[in-house]
Amino acid sequence: MNCKCSFVYSDKLLDYQFYPEHPFNQIRVQLTKELLEAMHVLEESHIILPRYATDKELALFHDPTYIDAVKRASEQELSPPQKVDFGLETEDTPVFLGMHEAASLIVGGTLEAVDSVLEKKSEHALNLSGGLHHGFKRKASGFCVYNDAAVAIKHIQRNYGLKTLYIDTDAHHGDGVQWAFYDDPNVCTLSIHETGRHLFPGTGYVNERGIKSGYGYSFNIPLDAFTQDDSYLEIYESAFREVVEFFKPDVIVTQNGADSHFYDPLTHLCASMKIYEEIPRLAHELAHEYCDGRWIALGGGGYDIWRVVPRAWAQIWKIMHDDEPFRGRLPDSWIEKWQHKASHPLPTHWHDPESLMPSIPRKNEITEKNKQMLHHALAFINKYKKKGLSHE
Amino acid sequence: MLVEKIMKKNVYTLPPTATIREALQLINNKRIRHIPIIDETKQVIGIVSDRDVRDASPSILDEHAKQNVLNKPIKTIMSYPVVTIHPLDFVEDIAKIFYDEAFGCLPVVSEGELVGIVTEKDMLYTLIQLTGTHMQSSHIEIKVPHEPGKLAEIFSIFGRRKINIVSILIYPHQKEDDYKILVIRAQTIHPQPVVDDLKIAGYEIIWPQPLLGAE
Repeated sequence: MNCKCSFVYSDKLLDYQFYPEHPFNQIRVQLTKELLEAMHVLEESHIILPRYATDKELALFHDPTYIDAVKRASEQELSPPQKVDFGLETEDTPVFLGMHEAASLIVGGTLEAVDSVLEKKSEHALNLSGGLHHGFKRKASGFCVYNDAAVAIKHIQRNYGLKTLYIDTDAHHGDGVQWAFYDDPNVCTLSIHETGRHLFPGTGYVNERGIKSGYGYSFNIPLDAFTQDDSYLEIYESAFREVVEFFKPDVIVTQNGADSHFYDPLTHLCASMKIYEEIPRLAHELAHEYCDGRWIALGGGGYDIWRVVPRAWAQIWKIMHDDEPFRGRLPDSWIEKWQHKASHPLPTHWHDPESLMPSIPRKNEITEKNKQMLHHALAFINKYKKKGLSHE
Repeated sequence: MLVEKIMKKNVYTLPPTATIREALQLINNKRIRHIPIIDETKQVIGIVSDRDVRDASPSILDEHAKQNVLNKPIKTIMSYPVVTIHPLDFVEDIAKIFYDEAFGCLPVVSEGELVGIVTEKDMLYTLIQLTGTHMQSSHIEIKVPHEPGKLAEIFSIFGRRKINIVSILIYPHQKEDDYKILVIRAQTIHPQPVVDDLKIAGYEIIWPQPLLGAE
């Protein structure tokens, strides 16, 4: 059975580019779109156009002084000390011409995806240009200017009054979204990421559980460096199932960073393409089981833009569409078109061959450690279960 | 860092004539663990902990216990003399008092009067801040020759990349005396370019090491 899905796309989304060699490159969205077209599963009728988020919409999460600063920076009118203040004077998020427009279009794309699902025009929607989860209320960081996920969840609360479950599987902790709803019991966040011991942003400890009435609605599972498929999926599946059962959301928003792969140059997780089939598959299943299908999927990190991200993100669309992952060979036409631009030989198949997987000597210890983190993270839920109490 | 920067100035105290019952109520209502006992000139003459008070209270299992024990003055159970510190003491030095004496808190006294309090928890929070782990950052670990000018060179490499440093820790290399380990928490999601610069400048990088643990 096919689901009715929408894919947010416009070439204008590629304008979000800090400078040509910057590791965060939205050509990933185009590569994915063309890969899906070459596989004949994405058609014109699936595409919805992003719009520019208005200042009022951005201000659902961001501070108006920050929005104003990004606008002025966008026109090259912000002084260096002000840039430092708003996180815009770094190599991670340097100012570029038209930054405000480019960043607002991403937010507007996520808002269109949300509206499409909540107005029942589609069951699921995908905005791969979004998922900019490090954006703070008044500060750019970690390649993110505006936090489309946080704005969109505020938009869901304000305009639809629904409870949102946010699942973040980027290799970096989803800090911006977590802090945005840290005291809010109507938004539950679950982030599964590489431990912050070494990796940016450093937060995402298992004991970050929320504050005030939001206590118990923020879940974090930091995984050890070099975690591989089996351990990753064991943690992901158990955590997602437990949390969705506990929270009973009305709508699910997933952030699908594709930077946990062993090829990724920025992180130290060691997963293969296998997890990028399973991550959307479970989200799809649980969205139908708990939310009448309401699922908005976003992109995120992913820095091996040729070998990893297009394959990983194409699988999200395929699974949204008919619940069956792609198998076998990648289309020759796509490989031929892009090979000369790619920095590495492009993969020929949807799956990674066993021979490429790194062998990790400490695998058993890592698996055990991750399990322990899962146990700690879910201890709160289990306490209520044992007493036979509901959380309310 | 000075004690006056981390101490709490709003301190809950009792006079020596207050009852154990009052101490128990104060501890429960204000969720505190220690009460300095002060005289009319604000001089610290003793201290009681939540444990002292609970040890003195009758057991809830003993129905015939004399409830009037709670009416006894607090001075009968307070500890004295009290080790105090000064607002201008260094936090590093008082950390040693906490470690050596295993105290839960230290009253801060200036010119004979109580002016603040530092608890074990305040102390730990300060140490967390010193490590920088509460702020958005990546961890970079470098083996540095123990020679003048090396830190300046390393920091200028970060400066050229416009990367803000959140915290720095330096500790001795365990095996080689003439090296130090420098732990930098830097405000970037993408440390690789600066790590490459450091390698070009001849520094040995302990982390990030993409293949550490992998064959």
